[in-house]
Amino acid sequence: METLKTTCLHDKHVALGAKMVGFGGFDMPIEYTSIVGEHNAVRKATGIFDVSHMGEILVTGEDSEKYVNYIFSNDITGAPVGKIYYGIMLYPTGGAVDDLLVYKKGEKEFFLVVNASNIEKDYEWMLENCKGFNVTIENQSGYYGEVAVQGPKAFEDIEKYVGIEVDDLEFYTFKELDYDGEKIIVSRTGYTGEDGFELYGSHKFINKVWDLLIESKEVTPCGLGCRDTLRFEVGLPLYGHELTDTITPLEAGLGSFVKLDKKDFIGKDAIAKQKAEGLKRKVIGIELKDKAIPRADYDVEVNGKKIGYVTTGYNSISTGKSVCMALVDVDYSKLGTEVEVRIRKKTFPGEVTKKRFYEKNYKK
Amino acid sequence: MSKVIEGLYYSESHEWVKVEGEFAYIGITDFAQHQLGNIVYVDMPEVDDEVSKDEDFGAVESVKAASDLLSPVSGTVVEVNEKLSDEPELINQDPYANWIMKVKLSDAGEVEGLMDSKAYEAIATE
Repeated sequence: METLKTTCLHDKHVALGAKMVGFGGFDMPIEYTSIVGEHNAVRKATGIFDVSHMGEILVTGEDSEKYVNYIFSNDITGAPVGKIYYGIMLYPTGGAVDDLLVYKKGEKEFFLVVNASNIEKDYEWMLENCKGFNVTIENQSGYYGEVAVQGPKAFEDIEKYVGIEVDDLEFYTFKELDYDGEKIIVSRTGYTGEDGFELYGSHKFINKVWDLLIESKEVTPCGLGCRDTLRFEVGLPLYGHELTDTITPLEAGLGSFVKLDKKDFIGKDAIAKQKAEGLKRKVIGIELKDKAIPRADYDVEVNGKKIGYVTTGYNSISTGKSVCMALVDVDYSKLGTEVEVRIRKKTFPGEVTKKRFYEKNYKK
Repeated sequence: MSKVIEGLYYSESHEWVKVEGEFAYIGITDFAQHQLGNIVYVDMPEVDDEVSKDEDFGAVESVKAASDLLSPVSGTVVEVNEKLSDEPELINQDPYANWIMKVKLSDAGEVEGLMDSKAYEAIATE
């Protein structure tokens, strides 16, 4: 068995009595006390997540903007320093290598934040596709730790207990600050549907932020369990579920992050072709009438015929309803379509809904 | 430390059995509810369903996973705990007070093959 890696906060999770599980090659806390309590803390107050398992890759050099635009589906042309873009790294087939954030740190400096389970794959992919570009690509994942501080009170708690000003940041922007003699990154981003911030820095800095916020007693330590229930409720995709190497961004409903009017980029032709021909399948939401829970990989059926499968599903903690995202045949993707989900030996009726089961609460 | 109650029988899949005459109440142990975390749904059998030893009779679902329930005994379901339909979290609060099904035993001797509280304590420590 492969040995799990640990983050710089690992000892603190164990000391807090967290339930630990393997995720993306790391030994991570799934919950400290309860997923429900942690979920609600983020919706109502502030939660802190160790997301140091995420990967950070720095692109610098003369051609860095051109290069990032070539491997990334969104368009960063002429962006101001301090801006952040969500987008997808595509295979020529239109499938996703990964979804990621691109931070513009300088005119020739871009900071890419990628999924933990894809760090090596992404880094290799970026190296393979940099021929002809004058760029340097550096995997900085070993240096950076990261915490996400999320919830309606996040800005207050960070300002009060960490002592840095953050409320001046707009949604999807970031700044670099000097803190205890090092440069740290603070961004107004997250993966919960709430207002919040992500902080990047040395292991020492991340440990300090963690301690300050946990010792305040105002901020709840939150595991990956509720990170998933939170992102799911607001319809955010998770790589490996709603978006994969065979599920394209168009199928995942992420078409607005693929800029087909942009010059050449990897995957453009395949996506343009798929758009012209029309989708055959699509990720949708389903709400069940019963409380049984539709889980990933369960079949979605209509009149006993399989029309797709569940990609993520829960009994939504914020709404109490059993809901899921599912990849289905496009003929059955219209809102209100009656479908059934096969759960163990029975099928449960439901109907097609929007993927957003709970409204986002971003401060824009 | 998980709670184990004396006088009940236990299965390796963490169900408990309380025998009352020709009937048995079946639920899940404190260890099991703790492992599962917040329970949000209990998929229960129906009255008159036949259940067989070591075969599944339903499932307990926590936020993050579904876990099959395996019947420690054979027999006919005579009652299910309807309270759990609306309040599945009762199992987290008190797993021994909140049984899932009541079975009329078809082979009363079967329970002798289950663990007693001492034996179960030894496996419910991790």
